[in-house]
Amino acid sequence: MTTGVTDPFAYHAPTTVREASQALLRYRGDAKVLAGGHSLIPMMKLRIASPQAIVDLRNVEGLKGITANDDGSITIGSMTTYYELITSDVINSNASSIAEAASQVADTQVRNWGTIGGSLAHADPAGDLPAVAVALGFEIHAASARSQRTIASDRFFRGYLETALRPNEILTGVTVPAQGAGSGDAYVKLANKASHYAIVGVAASLTIDDGGICTSARIGITGAGPHAVRSRRAERILVGKELNESVVNRAAQRGGAEIAGLFNDDVHASAEYREAMTQVYTARAVNAAAERAMN
Amino acid sequence: MTTETLIGQEVKRVEDHALITGRGQYVDDLRLPGLLHLALVRSPYGHAKINRIDVSAAANADGVVSVFTGADLAEQLGSLPAGWLLDEETAGMKAPEHPPLAFEKVRYVGDAVAAVVANSPAAASDAVALVEVDYEPLDAVTDAEKATADGAPIVHDDAPGNLAFDWSVGAGDYEAAAAEADVVVSERIINQRLIPNPMEARGIMADYNGGTDQLTIWTSTQIPHLVRLLFSLVTGHPEHKVRVVAPDVGGGFGCKLYLYAEEVICGIVAKQLERPVKWIESRTENYVATTHGRDHIADAEICGTSDGIVTGLKVHVYANLGGYLSTFAPAIPTILFGLMLGGCYKFENLSCTVKGVFTNTTPVDAYRGAGRPEATYVVERMMERYAHEIGRDVLGVRRRNFVRPFKRGHDMPIGVTYDSGNYQGALAAALDKFDYQAFRAEQRAARREGKLLGVGFSTYIEICGMAPSAVAGALGAGAGLWESSTVRVHPTGTVTVFTGTSPHGQGHETTLAQITSSRLGIPMENVEVVHGDTERHQFGTGTFGSRSLAVGGEALMMSLDKVIDKAKQIAAHEMGVDSKQVSFENGTFYVEDIQEREIPWGDVALGAYWAKNLPDGLEPGLEAVSFFDPQNFTWPFGTHVAVIEIDEMTGETKLARYVAIDDVGNVINPMIVDGMVHGGIAQGVGQALQECAVYSDDGQLMTGSMMDYAVPTAEDFPNFETGRTVTPTTVNSLGAKGAGETGTIAASPAVVNAAVDALKHLGVTHLNMPLSAEKMWRTIQDAKEARRARRSAAARRGN
Repeated sequence: MTTGVTDPFAYHAPTTVREASQALLRYRGDAKVLAGGHSLIPMMKLRIASPQAIVDLRNVEGLKGITANDDGSITIGSMTTYYELITSDVINSNASSIAEAASQVADTQVRNWGTIGGSLAHADPAGDLPAVAVALGFEIHAASARSQRTIASDRFFRGYLETALRPNEILTGVTVPAQGAGSGDAYVKLANKASHYAIVGVAASLTIDDGGICTSARIGITGAGPHAVRSRRAERILVGKELNESVVNRAAQRGGAEIAGLFNDDVHASAEYREAMTQVYTARAVNAAAERAMN
Repeated sequence: MTTETLIGQEVKRVEDHALITGRGQYVDDLRLPGLLHLALVRSPYGHAKINRIDVSAAANADGVVSVFTGADLAEQLGSLPAGWLLDEETAGMKAPEHPPLAFEKVRYVGDAVAAVVANSPAAASDAVALVEVDYEPLDAVTDAEKATADGAPIVHDDAPGNLAFDWSVGAGDYEAAAAEADVVVSERIINQRLIPNPMEARGIMADYNGGTDQLTIWTSTQIPHLVRLLFSLVTGHPEHKVRVVAPDVGGGFGCKLYLYAEEVICGIVAKQLERPVKWIESRTENYVATTHGRDHIADAEICGTSDGIVTGLKVHVYANLGGYLSTFAPAIPTILFGLMLGGCYKFENLSCTVKGVFTNTTPVDAYRGAGRPEATYVVERMMERYAHEIGRDVLGVRRRNFVRPFKRGHDMPIGVTYDSGNYQGALAAALDKFDYQAFRAEQRAARREGKLLGVGFSTYIEICGMAPSAVAGALGAGAGLWESSTVRVHPTGTVTVFTGTSPHGQGHETTLAQITSSRLGIPMENVEVVHGDTERHQFGTGTFGSRSLAVGGEALMMSLDKVIDKAKQIAAHEMGVDSKQVSFENGTFYVEDIQEREIPWGDVALGAYWAKNLPDGLEPGLEAVSFFDPQNFTWPFGTHVAVIEIDEMTGETKLARYVAIDDVGNVINPMIVDGMVHGGIAQGVGQALQECAVYSDDGQLMTGSMMDYAVPTAEDFPNFETGRTVTPTTVNSLGAKGAGETGTIAASPAVVNAAVDALKHLGVTHLNMPLSAEKMWRTIQDAKEARRARRSAAARRGN
């Protein structure tokens, strides 16, 4: 039984990524990055997490902001808050599912503090942004004191609260690839009534050509399984076809097929229900994205 | 002369300026020099024997002043009392020992076993983790029905079968009525466990002066005087040497209505150390250490004729009481439940039995409505269940069974007398706002489009104005339930009102000032309402059971009448007339038809203290104390209507519309009443749709935080359409019945009835709360499956 007070910890607020990475290295994996803190601090207060140190990224230069690039892609700094995503014209006109997902995260206070980098690096299996990251094909930028690399979003989420980041790496930002003409994206979720996390959340990104044929599709699913996943088996049924009701429903039935047998089962929803809802919400996400693609 | 009155006016709450500008003073805002901080070591097991507690590491930790175990303090701490005991002979009442710090075994997750006192909250928390408790886990039981089964783990050795009591009440002959009835319908109705969730969790600060032996306890409570009384009885510290203060209290909903272990522990530790000590409850602790509500398993049966006359109701309940008896726990599922089962209906045969059961869970006690929501849920659910069974409209059946309108008392078969009622009137007012026929058409049209809509009603009644002390005492209350006031007129004519009620959000400072201002004809700014401090005012009972206006307001009226009477004598003497000739209106004493003879209120107040021209034998000063003990409870009622929309594909269930007509008698401040109605509806709908405390079989609370326990928020609700009918009570001169709990009592059956209505065409007859999306989805899937099976069976028979 906890009294709402954390274990003692050291606090670092470096000003560069290099210093931040060095601080992480110094504690050999027993330091946590603070990037908003609305997941980390509650865990520390419950003493589920008791890191020796926290490394606060708030003073690190260059981690904030949303930039529209010439090639149509968008770069988002990792310390950009949900609120900034929700109110960004660049996001709303080019990748609206990011704003749609961010606006469904928790409550106003969390959205004012929580960041895109924090959400992705924490990799909560029921987080909203991981689904969108997968569906929009985010390129996730990681940096350590010595090197930098980019990780594809569908290889980033590895397990429960587990990502491809190395212990000394900082998530510095993401690039949202250009979605191109005729594309549309959407995020829909069945929310847990208590936490507002996704019981099931589905993001879809589609491109539909002038003839009404779906030329590309990416579907990201969160909440349902151990981590956010891409549902290639559902995508495959959509590509090359006109998205009528029967095609969408057939695809939806494959929604989440990748995590068959791995659906979460807890006090909030059974695995059976999550599986059924993954299919229902896959159809809803695809329909919503298709409508935007055709408008 | 016209009388300006603030009664019935939407006066803004005078409390709010301080609260919303951050000037409130909650317990955690209070500081004393040399303050120490207390944290509790709590059991992680639902049921375990304590073999040994090693506090040495904790006691030696940085910043730690002292560590106490239950064994250290057993004598000083005593045993927490149950303040309401049912009859030992007829109900087999058992009230086992309840040590504030457990020392032999723990009986629920959260049961406190040691107290750590340190220089800072952080040092105390760190040291909690260093206390080593050697537990020997025992089998646990969390379900009330299973706890009564043979071979179930025993929570208290002196309560065999885990029974705290086996209580019954009845009227007429239910079994005979059922035997003669055309229709008998039964249903198992679960009223799930809820966590109260006041905005402010509990908090306590205690300070002891060894020179005077004076102990002061600041605590977030609804009952400061009862806390003082019970503290004194439990610890033996003399009552007149204890001061209990309830500063600003951030909500309670009933869960701050008891003497808690922490109040005793903080008081005794402050006394032992002769240092001020503070304990502030974290939300995580609050979920296990503060009482829960509801948790009934009810087997209900209703009987009647095939054309809609209900003849009887039978209810058997397993009421989960948790690991120990909380202060009022025995009263909630019995007196406040069983006596309400007649609803607003005429049927004469009623049988109710309630088993109060110990389990390895957090103690259960009053939660907003307290027994009455559970009763109303059974009655209103079973009325609609019966109507569906006989294929009649739910409103037609209600109208046939309503008690006729009455103004001066109606004796119910169960032995209580309702004060005044017009159930037809409230239903008619609801139907003025809600076009029932139009809704039925809309419902049919929506169903054709694959949309599921349903409407549900709750024509509820409740018991409020918790009082007559003699009746309550005969039923087991260990304290009187009257209320008190002091009206102190100052020489300048301004007034301080001291009330025994103890508001924690209800706006008494406004409502009581409105009454005082209107009666004395002085501006509201000239009235100060003081409460929540045993040293500043006379003994009072506190705030619960929608009693503060109906009982406390009347006590205020009595004191106002007394000071006006005395002021009239002073004014009459001044004017040289008999006091019977003096009238008092708008703050002026005057003699009818004699224009020049007028004395303003302030002059009389000053005269009372200056005392240079008082009538012979009249004492100086202008102050009165009153204690009001009414002759009956009050019985508010109303009609609530809920419209529910269900997503057939996912089971997501949404409240689409809500109409509430309440009759709480006369209203002093409609805005405050609306606020209470809105909050109550939110809690009632919250129970119906999403709130549920879940325990694992071994006693772990699975919904131990707001991340798992779904407290509703504003986005879960449509705009509530509220209205009132007014049927004044005769129990007090204000005609006010009480308005604090109508929403929680009325809402849950209205919502569940609506959901059942939406699925009626699929053959669904009952749903247990909460109506989670998954439960609704599964119900729809199962119902469709059953319908398919029926159809194919019919088709086979056809072949």
